[in-house]
Amino acid sequence: MKYMLIMRNTDDAAIKQYEQTDFEQVINAMGAYNESMIEAGVLVAGEGLTDAKEGFVVDFGGETPVVTDGPYGETHELFNGFWMIEVSSREEAAEWARRAPLGAGSKLEVRRVTDESDFADYADNEFVQKEKGWREQEAARVERSHDA
Amino acid sequence: MSSARTTPDPAMTDIRRAVDAAWRIDGARVVATLTRYTGDLGEAEDLAQEALAEALENWGETGIPANPGAWLTNVAKRRAIDAWRRREKLTERYRLLANELEEGADDVWQPIPDDVLRLVFTACHPVLAREAQLALTLRVVGSLTTEQIARLFLVPVATVQQRIVRAKKTLKAASVPFELPEPREWPERLGAVLGVVYLMFTEGYAATSGERWMRPELADEALRLARMLAALLPREAEVHGLVALLELQRSRFAARTDASGAPVLLTDQDRRRWDRAQIARGRAALERCDALGRGRGPYALQAAIAECHAVAVSVETTDWERIVVLYEALGRIAPSPVVELNRAVAVAMATGPATALAIVDKLSSEGALRGSHLLPSVRGELLARLGRTEEARSELTTAASLAANEREREVLRAKAAAL
Repeated sequence: MKYMLIMRNTDDAAIKQYEQTDFEQVINAMGAYNESMIEAGVLVAGEGLTDAKEGFVVDFGGETPVVTDGPYGETHELFNGFWMIEVSSREEAAEWARRAPLGAGSKLEVRRVTDESDFADYADNEFVQKEKGWREQEAARVERSHDA
Repeated sequence: MSSARTTPDPAMTDIRRAVDAAWRIDGARVVATLTRYTGDLGEAEDLAQEALAEALENWGETGIPANPGAWLTNVAKRRAIDAWRRREKLTERYRLLANELEEGADDVWQPIPDDVLRLVFTACHPVLAREAQLALTLRVVGSLTTEQIARLFLVPVATVQQRIVRAKKTLKAASVPFELPEPREWPERLGAVLGVVYLMFTEGYAATSGERWMRPELADEALRLARMLAALLPREAEVHGLVALLELQRSRFAARTDASGAPVLLTDQDRRRWDRAQIARGRAALERCDALGRGRGPYALQAAIAECHAVAVSVETTDWERIVVLYEALGRIAPSPVVELNRAVAVAMATGPATALAIVDKLSSEGALRGSHLLPSVRGELLARLGRTEEARSELTTAASLAANEREREVLRAKAAAL
């Protein structure tokens, strides 16, 4: 099963202080953490995000979607990056999260990524059924053209 | 599909699950470190298990230590010293260990980088039978419990226990050193390691027995081990080839069974359900293999074939001619009747069933794959496409009777009945 570890800022002041630590140290710590997950065969994806000021928000609250520049909401809502790991249990995801080299002012939110089993109840979904119908028609068409 | 994995076992306590999780992450390095000290993988494994038992007792109260691997290694080392003291075997090893323990803190631990690799080569050593290699690799490199391994292979726990105990005894009896293979042995020994991982995956990809056609949990363990190997041996092209192959094959799992668990063949799979991110990872691994400039080995060639399927939007638009060429190359460097049979299937798609049937008939006349359902099932398909319905039905019925997997048998029977 896959889990996403989402990095969050929770405390602006603490983050400011963290930013004053040697950036090379931060890179080294992150690098070692990433390497340990690669060596364990669990890391499947991961990216860092640029400053939230460069981002923008599309709000679906109104009649038509509205695009607003800049970061959204409060600092504690911002996220800065993620890792996606493939592990065997919730506890294993927790153990990896615990080992992340993050300092005060940061939090990791850990979420399971949906897989096929989460949609098993929707096998009868109209769209899925429709698709099946198309495929059968197409197969019949191909067969006819072969006979011809 | 993953309900077996996501539903927690009620008999298992939270602390047990936490210990297992930490063990899964650090286990291989702990056992590797201990093997270096004791010089014997079996003894190292026993010590590690004792340390785990102690963790189960303690971590509930103290919480999980900051560095679980260091904690477990130190506890195991202390146990080793106690045992040696009792046996009054105050060897050089013992003194070394005792000194280090006095110096080291519980959160400092620097495993020797190549020790996990030594562990891999030891667990897959040619003195061991294939079954023993599989069980021991999952146990000491994959850090799974005996119960977990038994569940993956659908065999009783006692059987796995026996295999592991015997494997440890065999390693000791043969005085297998905890070392990397000599350069002249390297290709063969690496081949054995990759073979173990590949076999593990294959059994998860199309189970040879049991009610379920696929066992994704087993395939995932194999994939994890393959990725570990790629990190340990980044200069070995075939390791990347193996990773590529497993990623690409694994990407199709969601589409390979229907809601009832029955197999869905490649032709009928809903390609939108293939895992695109996994396909991208597989292709990236194949690129890493090619970038080493050593050419493609058997695994990389199979990965390249899987890539042809992965990038095609339908069976009709698949580049079958390229697949035929890849199978020809594969047949030359790793000839086998199964490769030849697969080449026949590709030829049937590229040029037509008649040419393919000639290949299959040649295999059949050579007595290849006797007793396997593979040959009659392909032959049946080809005959059906040629309009030789009676013969086709007979072949498919034969194939059904030979298939060991129940799900596969049902599909073959249904095919025969539909003619």
